[in-house]
Amino acid sequence: MKRKHLSKKEVEHIAWLAHIELSDKEKTLFTEQFNEILDYFKKIDEVDTEGVEPTYHVLDLKNVSRKDKTEPSLPTEEALRNAPKKEKKFIKAPRIV
Amino acid sequence: MPKLQELTARETIQKIQGNEATAEECVHAVFETIHRLEDKINAYVTLTEEEALKKAKQIDRKLSEGKPVGKLAGVAVAVKDAICTQGIATTCSSRMLKNFVPPYDATVIERIKREDGVIIGKTNMDEFAMGSSTETSHFGPTRNPWDMSRVPGGSSGGSAACIVTDEAVLALGTDTGGSIRCPASYCSVVGLKPTYGLVSRYGLIAYANSLEQIGPMAKDVYDCALFLTVIAGHDPKDGTSVKAVPKDYTELLKNSVEGFRIGVPREFFGEGTSDAVEKQVWKGIHKLEELGATYEETSLPTLEHSLAAYYIVAMSEASSNLARYDGLRYGYRVEKDDGDWATVYSRNRRIGFGTEVRRRIILGTYALSAGYYSKYYLKALKVRTLIRNNFEEAFKKFDVLVGPTMPFPPFKIGEKIEDPLALYMSDVDTVAANLAGLPAISVPCGFTDGLPVGMQIMAPPLREELTLQAAYTFEQNTSYRNRKPAVK
Repeated sequence: MKRKHLSKKEVEHIAWLAHIELSDKEKTLFTEQFNEILDYFKKIDEVDTEGVEPTYHVLDLKNVSRKDKTEPSLPTEEALRNAPKKEKKFIKAPRIV
Repeated sequence: MPKLQELTARETIQKIQGNEATAEECVHAVFETIHRLEDKINAYVTLTEEEALKKAKQIDRKLSEGKPVGKLAGVAVAVKDAICTQGIATTCSSRMLKNFVPPYDATVIERIKREDGVIIGKTNMDEFAMGSSTETSHFGPTRNPWDMSRVPGGSSGGSAACIVTDEAVLALGTDTGGSIRCPASYCSVVGLKPTYGLVSRYGLIAYANSLEQIGPMAKDVYDCALFLTVIAGHDPKDGTSVKAVPKDYTELLKNSVEGFRIGVPREFFGEGTSDAVEKQVWKGIHKLEELGATYEETSLPTLEHSLAAYYIVAMSEASSNLARYDGLRYGYRVEKDDGDWATVYSRNRRIGFGTEVRRRIILGTYALSAGYYSKYYLKALKVRTLIRNNFEEAFKKFDVLVGPTMPFPPFKIGEKIEDPLALYMSDVDTVAANLAGLPAISVPCGFTDGLPVGMQIMAPPLREELTLQAAYTFEQNTSYRNRKPAVK
């Protein structure tokens, strides 16, 4: 039998961390699929990476910055146009506290 | 005589500037084709006919007044729906962004407009570019014009399908792990993933930002070179944009591969490669040899691990990039949102995202979580270094590396969608170029049972002209590009 990487309970927890609600059916299905995929990911364990630096990025660029100069930006109305819920000049958020 | 919509970009430009047709007629002919075929193909999410015809008329006016026009004057350009277009809905084929209308243009769009290209619509794709079949689109799958029961490849499936059916002359795609090359191969068009950083990603909706590039898709290699010339170049708005010397890739096209040293990595013909694909690609390699190149079989052992490393990196980056979709500033928001913020966000994301997107975000979150970060994410990035080194070594010996774009021909719609891992396997030959940031092109190299096969040609960073030259020479000395699907 294949070793189980993740239990349904763990999948539930990770989904919560990612802020994605899942139905019970999905939790079962995802658990099964994740275990299969993670089994495949084990393939990279075969590679000896002792002393190898990670590549976060293929370019040797570092800290690309621009001058701290004000430039024209979007007018408030434009910036708010895509917000599903708004009031006056504000985006309406759900209850935070 | 070919009909106006059948012309390549180069031919369209010649026709218009030679006064044999107007830009309006050319764009109109493409829209007529769209109206005739779109019910069957479903290549587009949004069409912008009115604005496009207006733009075409403006170009005609400029020409009649003797004013200068841009490099793409009058050419109908389709844009993958992951690229922001000011005032035109940009959905990423997701319910999450169904109503999103960007307040600005991506840099590539500005460049196309500056050269008088005519934007005709936004093409269908896998949701947030996550897929290899265009089946995960919220707006339904695009169909493969060669066989309507099959997938067009993905994630830029709409962009490839619209070109081969003459529903567009040029199209923009994006490629994170093969999303330009896969559909190019499956639909028999030319598609190039540029070197990481050559084309600005400003205005591209991010999926895995250390891997993805916007690139050209076209009816032939010349058009691909022309389109790349227009969109490439440094952009201060993209912090990962390369300051490379601008090139006119059309001027660098030569109908010769004399002296080209071709490497054929045997890992590209690994387990799961269909015999028919293998045979056809080898025929292509022998054709290049006949045209003056030399080839040698070689091995890049790290390629065996590229697929696993790619998916770990891509999912990890996706989980971070897609955290922005909370349904507040833009995107889907549930009607009844009187719960606490975490519940509301979780519900927005549950309904707004499709299954594959949720799957990748959750698995990416896991790969980045405490205790698993080094086991998965960091380990994958180290493997990525070894893959890069492997390529660097290979390019000391070879000018280009050649293999299949896809391990098997286009599969049936629905065949793999329930089995994510099986679907991921189809990217086995394309992901390495993204991990290493290399340019790679897919060029049509024949058919098997009436289904297209693509040949992939890779080159060292910023040597797009080598992939284009090899592809151009191959194309000019074969007749595959003349074959068109019989969609009526």
